Amino acid sequence: MLVLVLAVLWGLWEGYRWLWIHEGWTWPFVVDSTTMPHIHDILRQLFRKPTSGAGGDILLVQLLHAAWFTAKEALVGFALGASFGFLLGVVLSQFRLLQRGLLPYVVASQTVPILAVAPIVVVYLGSLHVAPWFSVAVIASYLTFFPVTINTLRGLQSTDRAALELMRSYAAGRLSVLWKLRIPAALPYIFSALKVSATASIVGAIIGEAPSSIQEGLGGFIVNFNQYYSLNPENLWATNLIAALLGITFFLAIVIAEAIVVRRAPEHVA
Amino acid sequence: MSVVTIEGLTKRFEGGTTALEEIEFAIEEREFVSLIGPSGCGKSTLLRIIGDLIQPTAGTVRVNGKPAAQARADRDYGIVFQDPVLYDWRTVARNISLPLELARWNRRRRNERVQEMLRLVELTGFESHYPWQLSGGMQQRVSIARALSFDPALLLMDEPFGALDEMTRERLNLELLRIWEASGSTMVFVTHSIAEAVFLSTRVVVMSPRPGRISDVISVDLPQPRTAAIREDPRFFELVTRVREGLHLGSDLDRKLAAATAIEAQP
Amino acid sequence: MSTAPVAVQPIPRGTLAGRVGRRALDWVPALVVLVLVFVVWQESIAILHIKKFLAPQPTAIASTFWTNRHELISAGWFTFQEALGGFAIGSGLALVVAMVLARWRGVGRALMPYMIAANAIPIIAFAPIMNAWFDPFSKGSKMAIAAVLCFFPVLVNTLRGLTSVRPQSIELMRSYAAGEVETFRRVRIPTALPFIFTSLKIATVLAMIGAIVGEYFGGAFTALGVLIDSRSTTFQFKEAWAGIGVACAYGIAFYLAVAIVEWLTLRAVPSTGE
Repeated sequence: MLVLVLAVLWGLWEGYRWLWIHEGWTWPFVVDSTTMPHIHDILRQLFRKPTSGAGGDILLVQLLHAAWFTAKEALVGFALGASFGFLLGVVLSQFRLLQRGLLPYVVASQTVPILAVAPIVVVYLGSLHVAPWFSVAVIASYLTFFPVTINTLRGLQSTDRAALELMRSYAAGRLSVLWKLRIPAALPYIFSALKVSATASIVGAIIGEAPSSIQEGLGGFIVNFNQYYSLNPENLWATNLIAALLGITFFLAIVIAEAIVVRRAPEHVA
Repeated sequence: MSVVTIEGLTKRFEGGTTALEEIEFAIEEREFVSLIGPSGCGKSTLLRIIGDLIQPTAGTVRVNGKPAAQARADRDYGIVFQDPVLYDWRTVARNISLPLELARWNRRRRNERVQEMLRLVELTGFESHYPWQLSGGMQQRVSIARALSFDPALLLMDEPFGALDEMTRERLNLELLRIWEASGSTMVFVTHSIAEAVFLSTRVVVMSPRPGRISDVISVDLPQPRTAAIREDPRFFELVTRVREGLHLGSDLDRKLAAATAIEAQP
Repeated sequence: MSTAPVAVQPIPRGTLAGRVGRRALDWVPALVVLVLVFVVWQESIAILHIKKFLAPQPTAIASTFWTNRHELISAGWFTFQEALGGFAIGSGLALVVAMVLARWRGVGRALMPYMIAANAIPIIAFAPIMNAWFDPFSKGSKMAIAAVLCFFPVLVNTLRGLTSVRPQSIELMRSYAAGEVETFRRVRIPTALPFIFTSLKIATVLAMIGAIVGEYFGGAFTALGVLIDSRSTTFQFKEAWAGIGVACAYGIAFYLAVAIVEWLTLRAVPSTGE
């Protein structure tokens, strides 16, 4: 099935390309070897040395190293953001007043363009002698915590009423209800958010590398190849391919974790 | 000493509905008392007030000689709802041990009691199953096992078999009587079914709606222990008819239905 | 989930004023927090001698904003238009595709895992390519980025909403000999509305991020993202923060606009309860 989908996508790409060049259409954008390189050219480029940037390994190896570098930043950011998001969600669910006071700002925090704040964060953390990659991780965690907070809160609040009544009949304390009922019941929601956050942490890491002037990660490669795009468009496309694979890998890791942790009746998985 | 004593109990909800008005009632040890009545008569509300899950507007409820709130804190009763309310993420064994964990029993005691309970409801061997792997009737048995796990004096049940089919229901009725006998608890049982109420109980409390009141209390003098054959005893039908008449006292509509349903009482 | 007769209290009905007042009172804690934050920020800068150029005092930012308000607001408007355009295109397309896929379930079900995977791709990496396709100085390039960012989340969530209808509801419609279109209109779409609005709210945020990040890779000088970036790199942090404030304001306004539409729509169509 996967092969079929990939083949169809390949066909669409090449077909679109051929048709647009053949007819000379210019809407929505001009199609030529620069804007839409042949897919086989992109794939071939992976096994060549990129002309811009340091020589040495073939592009694929360089990209894999870069991906690993970015992945580490994203992982740390994800762990930080998810933990913070979860704790924040729990706290907000328990204290109504805090929830009303803080929730609007939690939502608003995501409207702050992190790319704009990123340089400030990097400079500030740098003055505290923090390694640049950690600043990137912080930026990644910033994008990660929000979905986890919102979904944790929602999951904790959506506990079945009858189950809560049952706990009341056991004269269970607040903490017991939280730990034994609300949190396990909220796990499907939390994992649904973690899937979104996995991608967000990678996006954050890639974006964060630019203002931090980090060369070794995927973000750095993208910025570099972007400058020389007209000379060698295949480089940028190849980088994007690897970035896409990285995102999907992270996502699949969460899906697998979910299958292990959330032992539910199949129809209950969010 | 009565297990449950209710005096002058009134419950009014916001918006003006009087769910219960001046209920006076006492339940003795080891009784099996059914609460029966049409929708809106307050039977579920009454059950929840006994369990201190809802607060009364006026009147007192004493359970085991204590105020209802104290009885709840001391875990003097277990409750079973129509929905088994089992946790999907826990096995049968861990579902039963939930109240024991909350009462801080140690692991060994918990495991022993879980095995005892599984024997009581005849589900030995299903410890490691998950709730969704069991039938509705089995899930409800787990729910009963959980309610009895900490050996409460009182068991409150809110239409526990309402969602099950007739055959399973009749079988579980017999099961429940056996469990009642073995555990020695006092039972308060809310139901819609007249036959079920008469079959299970030592006394049937008939309630009427708007406002919720007790319209009749009927002692069921059928022999114990009950057997399936009792459902065909003439005395059984007499009692069923008496309960039905008690219910019709409450509403005009029911009187019209009485003619149509009189056929049901024929053997 | 539970069908048990839980003792239900009738919903309290107060006067309209009473209900609105209650809602307004809900916002007091948030306002308190806002005031607290500003006061602490203002004072701690002075007390802790935090480098003023990194995190200027709110009053300084406010006055800078006031001085440059025309430039900032028009730059924000420029960027907002990019975000709005991308939002409209991306979400609109996603809604149409979702409805098509809900109609032909087989295709939808087969493609679902791929769409979820596509949702996991860091689209932002494609920003430079969008700039190569479209003129970087035009709004179109950023609209494209925003559109792509919005497309998959809205698609996945809308599809999930359209297909999460209870089978009994569909059977009921069939018993009325209702056609597919009728079923869609009366059952599927109302059921899907909560899902759709949730994803639209997320999409507003994504569209703004897409527009601004896109500008980082190259954009018109009248755009907000470019403005913030250039002020940051020239260490004019007061202006940069003012710009960030404007971006926030537009973002929040956008989100609230969708939230208000949601509130108006869902009042008319009672939610089926998610």
